Amino acid sequence: MAEKPKVAFFDFACCEGCQLTVIDTLQDHLELVEAVEIVQFREAMSEKGEDYQIAFIEGSCTRPQDEERLKKIRERAALVVALGACAHTGGINALKNLQPSLQEVRRYVYGDCWEWYDTYPARPISAVIEVDAFIPGCPIDRGEFLRVVKDLLLGKKPSIPDYPLCVECKLKENVCIFDRGGTCLGPITRAGCGAICPTYGDGCEGCRGPIPHPNENAMKDVLAEHGLTAEQLMAKMTMFNAYYH
Amino acid sequence: MSKNISINVHHITRVEGHGDIVVDVKNGEIVKCEWHVVEAPRFFEAMLRGRPYYEASHITSRICGICATGHATASLRATERALGVEVSEQTELLRKLVFHGEIIDSHVLHVYMLVAPDFFGVGSVLPLAASHPEVVKRALRIKKLAGDLCAMVSGRHTHPIAMTVGGFTHLPTEGELKAMRERLVDARADMDETIALLSTLPWPDFERETEYVSLQKDDEYAFIDGRIVTSDGFTYDLDDYRRVTNEYCVPQSTAKWTKHNRESYMVGALARFNNNYDWLHPRAQDAAEKLGMKPLVTNPFLNTAAQAVEMVHCVEDSIRIIDELLARGIKEEPLYEFQGKGGEGVGSCDVPRGILFHNYIIDDDGLIQGANCIIPTNQNHANLQHDMEALLPQILDKPQEEIRLTLEMLVRAYDPCISCSTHLLNVRFK
Repeated sequence: MAEKPKVAFFDFACCEGCQLTVIDTLQDHLELVEAVEIVQFREAMSEKGEDYQIAFIEGSCTRPQDEERLKKIRERAALVVALGACAHTGGINALKNLQPSLQEVRRYVYGDCWEWYDTYPARPISAVIEVDAFIPGCPIDRGEFLRVVKDLLLGKKPSIPDYPLCVECKLKENVCIFDRGGTCLGPITRAGCGAICPTYGDGCEGCRGPIPHPNENAMKDVLAEHGLTAEQLMAKMTMFNAYYH
Repeated sequence: MSKNISINVHHITRVEGHGDIVVDVKNGEIVKCEWHVVEAPRFFEAMLRGRPYYEASHITSRICGICATGHATASLRATERALGVEVSEQTELLRKLVFHGEIIDSHVLHVYMLVAPDFFGVGSVLPLAASHPEVVKRALRIKKLAGDLCAMVSGRHTHPIAMTVGGFTHLPTEGELKAMRERLVDARADMDETIALLSTLPWPDFERETEYVSLQKDDEYAFIDGRIVTSDGFTYDLDDYRRVTNEYCVPQSTAKWTKHNRESYMVGALARFNNNYDWLHPRAQDAAEKLGMKPLVTNPFLNTAAQAVEMVHCVEDSIRIIDELLARGIKEEPLYEFQGKGGEGVGSCDVPRGILFHNYIIDDDGLIQGANCIIPTNQNHANLQHDMEALLPQILDKPQEEIRLTLEMLVRAYDPCISCSTHLLNVRFK
């Protein structure tokens, strides 16, 4: 039998919720733990192997020193996977990019000692290094993580849905959030989470990023029908996609 | 003694976030003994400015993947107190229930997966699956129960969906509550085994009394709302939280530190245990007795044991809450609508790692104009530093590896969540 592929997990600016979701997923799928050799997962283990083929990276690039670390990981890994919204789109970290000045942001949070805290606009890791695959979402979806890992182990390019969330929401027979008086980014957001937020009564917040070719006219019709504007929708979209704003 | 020790743990493992321990001993004299927080700062308070009030709990739950529910709850309480929103008893009960789920989830992760490997002499929980399968299976069972409990109420643990200003956008069914109750009752056996396991662990022998700070209520073991109390006899309203925290910056940390009556104070399970022991469920008090714990406990390593006691409490209190919900019946309730009047509010919860504050100023358009979040791990940094300074001279005659491990264990005992506080652990022996 061929040697097990060596896998490592890394984190940059993030909440580590995606790695926790990985831990939660693995506990139900121990066969996956058997299929690979995890050489580095700081949150869960002391070992720190530097020999790995697949690198999962959670978090955004927010400092000059992050670039250096990202490039090192890229050099060592055959495959780099962006794990979750922060790595994939910049995620919630990019909200700070919308503030008028980052110097003011640093002063606001750290007062007199603001200069000690280095930062620049948050970016997805693909802005710094080449990324082979991504697992979207805040946090990632457990089922999708399993599918992507299995695809990678089989040498296939992982397939991530490029149709809108509404498809999954309809299949779940949810009452449309717009019809319930809410605002939802489902019509333009990438599916794959099982429309979990609308299922629990909340409008989609776009954490999985926009689909490649959104049907803008249909979206405008929905907005017009419910007395909403494109500006309102775009303001909501900035929660997880401010990097592209 | 003329001993040279150089320890430099860069990015300590099995903690949430990035931190370093730096120790430098020359000719038996301690030149340096420092706890560094090196997490990339994320600037959440600034991110909130200009966002609508109803996004705040969803944005701030992203501060931390482990205590996402705690941040969401503190955030909602701050918003509700700013806008004068009253919540129903059903909402209060459901919030307490999902909060217990998070306490169990976080504590079981810490006790079994982050701390236990140190006592078994391994680097992670993975080798334990082969050597002690029953221990790992039990941990996974408890973890799954806690995650499912959170998901039942709020959609998922990381990050909660259904919790919103004034209530919930989705409610569990009575069938789901009943099934969960059964699983909680079954979990008592796992709780007993957890306490039995912890009672056999050789906790490092170290005492240093400090000031213990937590929430407190008159009628229950406080996790959400209440007043701020300290073991030095101080009591404050939530609105006066800054009189306790007194934040200051230190160059070795990307997180702000705090102090109150002494040079440092401690928050978290041990602080709650010390301040609120009387309100623990009798089964939890029994568990504490089996662990030989009664206030005032001053060994910080026992924070982990206090977490186990709290797990017992939360399992029992969750059963009680479900019984109350079932007796009342689950009802759809109208959601809050903004009234065009802003305000300022402080929300506080005692989350897994200790007391947490969110403070928002919301304008009459419903937009957040100012925000301040004070995270438990940050409140512990100074205390951890002082513990380290007190502990190191007591263990200087040990081999360097043992010193390193003991210091790492001390840091882990605090269960630091550095991504919150912004990240934590590496021991750098220089």
